[in-house]
Amino acid sequence: MAELFTLPVLVGILYSGIRLATPYLFAAVGETFAQRSGVLNLGVEGIMLMGAFSGFYVGMKTGSPLLGLLAAAVVGILMGLLMSFISVTMQAEQGISGIGLHLFGLGLSSLLFKTTMGGVESIEGFKAVRIPLLADIPYVGESLFNHNVLVYAAFLLVPLSAWVLNKTTLGLKIRAVGQNPQAADTLGVNVARVRYFCVCLGGMLAGIAGASLSIALINLFQENMTNGMGFIAVALVYFGGWRPFGVMGGALLFSFVNAFQLWIQVKGINIPSDFAIMMPYVLTILALAFATKRAQGPAALSKPYERGEN
Amino acid sequence: MTRYLSTGRPILEEMRMQGIVKRFPGVLANDHVDFDVRAGEVHALLGENGAGKSTLMRQLYGMYKPDEGQILVDGKEMHFNSPQDAINAGIGMIHQHFMLVPSLTVVENIALGLKSSRGLVLDLDRVEKRVLELSEQYGLKVDPRAYVWQLAVGEQQRIEIIKALYRGASLLVLDEPTAVLTPQEVDDLFVTFKRMASEGHALIFISHKLNEVLAISNRITVLRDGKNAGTRPNENVTKVELAQMMVGRPVILQYNRPPVEAGPVRLRIQDLHVRGDRGKDAVDGVSLEICGGEILGLAGVSGNGQRELAEALAGMRPVRQGHIILNDKEVTNGSPLQHIDVGQSYIPEERMKEGAIRDFSVADNMILADHGKKPYSRRSFLDFNAIHEKVGKIVSDFNVKTPSLDTPVKNLSGGNIQKLILGRELSRCPSVLIASQPTRGVDIGASEYIHQRLLEQRLCGTATLLISEDLDEIRALSDRIAVMYEGRIIGIVDSKDATPDQLGLMMAGVETA
Ligand SMILES: Nc1ncnc2c1ncn2[C@@H]1O[C@H](COP(=O)(O)OP(=O)(O)OP(=O)(O)O)[C@@H](O)[C@H]1O
Ligand SMILES: [Mg+2]
Repeated sequence: MAELFTLPVLVGILYSGIRLATPYLFAAVGETFAQRSGVLNLGVEGIMLMGAFSGFYVGMKTGSPLLGLLAAAVVGILMGLLMSFISVTMQAEQGISGIGLHLFGLGLSSLLFKTTMGGVESIEGFKAVRIPLLADIPYVGESLFNHNVLVYAAFLLVPLSAWVLNKTTLGLKIRAVGQNPQAADTLGVNVARVRYFCVCLGGMLAGIAGASLSIALINLFQENMTNGMGFIAVALVYFGGWRPFGVMGGALLFSFVNAFQLWIQVKGINIPSDFAIMMPYVLTILALAFATKRAQGPAALSKPYERGEN
Repeated sequence: MTRYLSTGRPILEEMRMQGIVKRFPGVLANDHVDFDVRAGEVHALLGENGAGKSTLMRQLYGMYKPDEGQILVDGKEMHFNSPQDAINAGIGMIHQHFMLVPSLTVVENIALGLKSSRGLVLDLDRVEKRVLELSEQYGLKVDPRAYVWQLAVGEQQRIEIIKALYRGASLLVLDEPTAVLTPQEVDDLFVTFKRMASEGHALIFISHKLNEVLAISNRITVLRDGKNAGTRPNENVTKVELAQMMVGRPVILQYNRPPVEAGPVRLRIQDLHVRGDRGKDAVDGVSLEICGGEILGLAGVSGNGQRELAEALAGMRPVRQGHIILNDKEVTNGSPLQHIDVGQSYIPEERMKEGAIRDFSVADNMILADHGKKPYSRRSFLDFNAIHEKVGKIVSDFNVKTPSLDTPVKNLSGGNIQKLILGRELSRCPSVLIASQPTRGVDIGASEYIHQRLLEQRLCGTATLLISEDLDEIRALSDRIAVMYEGRIIGIVDSKDATPDQLGLMMAGVETA
């Protein structure tokens, strides 16, 4: 055990923890917007897969990761539109439609993968950008400031989202629509439009989250490569109390434990690897059990809105 | 020439609705209604629960589209597709159920949906300044930074009005704004309404309380079954006439309460302490005894612990100290079901939230507590014929207006949901009844019926705790009157000897007895 607490290992855990948090941050912050507006989108995982595939495919064909990212964002928005149409316009049960959306994304991304590529390939992807001076800080500098742009973007997204939610007119509308859509409606706020916007924004960020795996972190595409990350992202929204910074705390905790268990395996420490892999998930369940008591979610979460009820 | 309000907005001189028809599945809610209001007047709109008052006003506010008819503002025909269109035309509405977001602050609630002077970024400091100006100008006291969930209903009501004024409303629709207020708060609100009218606002005022309607309005229109049953100037009508216009038959406004032999003590409360939502003792050492055949009226300004007391008595709020004894059985901190099993019924104050399941049908809501018992259930199977028969009877006894027993409760008018819950609880023949504000928001026809049912139950030996802020109601029905102040019973008087002045003083915390 002691060999885990050497300086290089700790620096390594810091480095991979930050990297691993990236897809969770994109997806969970996006889901935070959807849920704050009152829509529970359980299809995040499916959108991530579609984002991962389209990002990879376009990136590979054009040789430009940036175009790949753009494609993933557009595909994410389209999936978000689909979810909004089903849950906001058609007022379907949101939990079920989200699961449907997930299965749709899972199936379609696998199908497209098989018909267009068939085998695993890899690409260049986004390269690390070392930030001068900051990266020279002893010990932690390299771990924190030598990443690809998506990692930085994910962390910048957090304060930006908190600002949008708390300080802008749009954010006020989002918060109101998720708590009491009827009240917002009587003040002339277009409830459906706010929800469409938030779900599509969430979709876009989930698409980018998927692409961050396939064109920035792992640089390849495999069937079902997200392997539950989208669902963890939904859990992180609850864990974070529907606040971007809370969500970031959860994402970091989860990815550090994950990085830790990876190093356990790398170092060949005598713990069955299945146990090690379980650690972050067990932690999530425990944390959720304790966290949900604390925070109150949006009162209208997962309730479709129809004008004119008493 | 255009006249202006002190808020700087042009005065809306006249609004006219002509031949308005609105249908819902199975209901003709408005049937060729003509209605108009002018600047500077208060026009009251009366009618039984389900008469179509809120529906008419929601069309004026752009929430529903009329199936037929026209809405004219200053002579111009308007087509409102959403509340925003109505707001732009200078119309504001205070809804029957508060339209506030509890998790937001007062200014945030007011700023919601408004353009900001800083573009995308909120300008809450400026909104706050303007709110304080309006609050000063119209005598509507509010704390702009408080969270709405922390506020009492009176203050929430004032926020609703400021919200409309802030948006430049010149015509204001007030859908039962006084239903949840104390007499003192109603007086204050009327001062504000008068000020607004004299300045050139046009006000439409909906209420079930005839005293209030006669006190504030210039003209009065009665709706019955969706039709306009007549518009009268205030000077030419009496309470009795209005009541008859609404209900279509003479209504008793005075009750007689024959003496009853007091039975055994059925509800005994001993030194009860109950925590409120903010962690302090909201009920702070209450002891009471109510006998069979007795109605004990509990008066008091709202927020003095009545709600917490009622909830504790229903088994819905933990008791910190003390005892509740029902029919000689200790039920302190027992579940609601245990209370029901000992023969208690409970009519909650927040009937919309606690009393009904919005998406369930009328019939399902009626059997919530008793679905496992005869005649509703036989060998664990629900007997739908028996359910429809029993529920149908309650619905017709209580005059609940509903298209069918399978209609979801959320489609009923506000007052009809109330009647439904009252019907359910009163039809269970309880030996102890806790009734919180039983006639709040209920029309006079139904109030009369509820009052008579309460008096009937008294004759057959029910012990009733009647919690109400309506002193007339308390005095008309109770044998004894207890006044609650800051979590304690400040005094108990015999209702024969109680004068309104004495009760008013006690409600303000002065011990007189
Ligand atoms: N959204 C709706 N869907 C179906 N029926 C409705 C709807 N809204 C109202 N109704 C019906 O229309 C009728 C008129 O209801 P409305 O709410 O206008 O009554 P009201 O006069 O305001 O009564 P109250 O005094 O109880 O508030 C009622 O029979 C009600 O059940
Ligand atoms: Mg109404």
